[in-house]
Amino acid sequence: MERLKPVDVVVVGGGWTGLLMATEITSRTSLSVVVLERGGPARDLSDYGDGMDELDMLRYRIMQNIADETVTHRHSGKDRAVPMRQYGSFKPGTGVGGAGEHWGAISNRYRPDQFRLATHLREKYGAARLPENLAVQDWGFTYDDLEAYYWRAEQMMGVSGKAGNLRGSLIEGGDPFEGPRSHEFPNPPHKMSYFPTLFRKAAQELGYHPFPIPTATLSQDYSNPDGIVRPGCLYCGHCSRYGCMIGAKAQPSNTLLPVLTRKKNFSLRPNCWVRRVVHRDGKAEGVTYMDAAGKEMLQPADVVVLSSWTINNARLLLLSGVGDPYDPVTGRGTLGKNLTHQLTEELPLYIGTPLNLFMGAGGLGYALGEFAGDPPGQDPTAPILRGSEIRASTGGEGPIVSFGKIPQGEANSAWGSAWKKAALKWYDKVGQITCEAAHLSYRQNYMDLDSTYTDKFGDPLLRLTLDWTGHEKRQRAYLAKIMIALGKAIGARVGAPIHETEEHYSVTYSQGTHVQGGVILGDSPERSVVNPWLQHWRMPNLWITGGSAFPQNESANPTLTILAVTYRAAEAFVDRYVKKPGALA
Amino acid sequence: MKRREFIALPAKSLGGLLIYTLARVPIRIKAEEGTVRLPLRFFTAKEARLISAACDRIFPSDESGPGAQEAGVIIYIDHQLAGAYGLDRYRYTKGPFVESVPEHGYQGEANPRAIYRDGLRQLGDDFADLDAAKQDDRLRTLENTMFFRMLRTHTIEGMFSDPLHGGNAGLIGWQLIGYPGPQMSFWDEIDKNYGQPWHGKPMSLEQVVGHPVKGWEEDRE
Repeated sequence: MERLKPVDVVVVGGGWTGLLMATEITSRTSLSVVVLERGGPARDLSDYGDGMDELDMLRYRIMQNIADETVTHRHSGKDRAVPMRQYGSFKPGTGVGGAGEHWGAISNRYRPDQFRLATHLREKYGAARLPENLAVQDWGFTYDDLEAYYWRAEQMMGVSGKAGNLRGSLIEGGDPFEGPRSHEFPNPPHKMSYFPTLFRKAAQELGYHPFPIPTATLSQDYSNPDGIVRPGCLYCGHCSRYGCMIGAKAQPSNTLLPVLTRKKNFSLRPNCWVRRVVHRDGKAEGVTYMDAAGKEMLQPADVVVLSSWTINNARLLLLSGVGDPYDPVTGRGTLGKNLTHQLTEELPLYIGTPLNLFMGAGGLGYALGEFAGDPPGQDPTAPILRGSEIRASTGGEGPIVSFGKIPQGEANSAWGSAWKKAALKWYDKVGQITCEAAHLSYRQNYMDLDSTYTDKFGDPLLRLTLDWTGHEKRQRAYLAKIMIALGKAIGARVGAPIHETEEHYSVTYSQGTHVQGGVILGDSPERSVVNPWLQHWRMPNLWITGGSAFPQNESANPTLTILAVTYRAAEAFVDRYVKKPGALA
Repeated sequence: MKRREFIALPAKSLGGLLIYTLARVPIRIKAEEGTVRLPLRFFTAKEARLISAACDRIFPSDESGPGAQEAGVIIYIDHQLAGAYGLDRYRYTKGPFVESVPEHGYQGEANPRAIYRDGLRQLGDDFADLDAAKQDDRLRTLENTMFFRMLRTHTIEGMFSDPLHGGNAGLIGWQLIGYPGPQMSFWDEIDKNYGQPWHGKPMSLEQVVGHPVKGWEEDRE
């Protein structure tokens, strides 16, 4: 093993949070920062232009090669875990920018009550009426504490949208259920495609308050506070699961990297696969990694920042023996607990008129906030503790995905002349209403190391133990009913909700790459791995960023909140830790 | 070295098809009468004829428009199986392989190449010579196999993926449905044409970006 020259800070992972920590540290201190990225160097706009190929997208060319590393999954501690052999429920990115390159860019804030969810639910229902194994926790800070960092993240990316609550005043056209914003969005809402306008009209008729989905794809040319200029979106329809070929969608490569490459105290090493955090006597000393040539390197550092996405953050800590692995039987240990995902439902609407679904952008559409957050607040009869936004959008749909969506009964086969005729008749005439429900954390859903399956270097894979409970099934049924009513109000022929008969969590289809938990933050080392500034409770020179810190999952896309929490952590690092290294809490 | 195998396809249907020769040199097939002989990368000529016949039943050429035959779907599948995809280079293939619940998806050891070889045995040597009704009967007995599910998916992919992958010859699949290809901008159209189809002239990725683009299947060892 070659021992490299020590650096001040080594960051593991060149995605959103790793590059954000690097940007904040190199901009505001003279510390040397090295980012190690296991994937390749940053792609440029022409790479993304060449990637406007639906088949490449379906083959996951932009994602981590699952042949190198995956996870195993089982529904309960009694089952045998098997590997997720091909991508399905979530899709980790790779290369500089990580999944931040191929994300859909939907950028909602979380509801204020999310940050004190355990307290909120206890106050509202009483501990005795909550599910027995519920493991939700407060975050250790409030929405108000986070608001300024939300605003910074929104400006950095140039989020487009319409405020519904500006400093407490409700604004027509925005989401009246959102937390108060200190500012209107940096950019106005997008031009709108046809299908979402049908949804908005129906929703308004039903008395709801549809609002344009906030996205980090620019509705117009924009210069952010760092002076980074990007163009407005062209609605090419190659957005989520693609990189943007003009830079309209905020990606680490077109927002943070241009700032970082000007810094003398920053360096980026792609093709470096970190395998361990090296530590002694409660202090991280650096990391070991395999370089592109397969040579093992030791990078010593005063501070280690893990920013390698939910799955790998937890896995690296487990592999490195940092912290106490969680045991769901005794409830002891914190590392690996509170694994959450999100619960999706999709309702096909056979509209019958052409929708031009190949145009669009990630999150180009409208949403309802009525049933998100705490839906019993709006509907006292709702049999659930946490709901979902309900959305209709046109993210851009290629012909391979589109072709063959036909109503039940139109053809008695899924191939042949009659099927082809029906598929041609219905091509581009089928929209969908979707939801992605909040996922509460439970004692039995967690991560640990698998004892059978390994990655390409022979290290154990991470094992996910995860299944739906009665609450998630009630969420799905309840939300489907509302979605069906909306579909009928649109006047569409409404299909069956695609996942309505599913009993168990499945790794086979996309549920958003919003896997959270395992390295959760909190207000006490007994209940969490990191403190509310993402600093490891027991190893103060180890910081762990990303969705791994979330104690439960909200119904919204997490990236904006992940960035806000990271800004807050970076500020504490620069203003407090650098001046006086040690535990902040 | 393996004997080169070819498939003969009606040239008329393949106008404008860009294919890569075994030497990785792009050649353009001109629309003309008669047949063209295209080099195969994975299938033997006999296998290609059987798979091609099955694709023709899945996505037939009929009164509603052209199908798998005109789009050159067999070339698409041949290229996919010859490349990294056929060898499962993008699937986790470490053992042990154990059967599991449906929520875990395909857990088998067989890669797409092996699944097709097995499927060819199930199709039978006589498949291409049966009449259409008999071919359909036989395919119906295979409907629940991994092979058939894969073949159906690949047929749709070969119809509608960019021609750089070997299918969708002359953008015939996109013309069939009115998909304009991966165009750079719909800025002018996104908020217009409500309820009306927008049919721009279809363009391939090569035409849009102005240079040939290679698919994964071209990265061969």
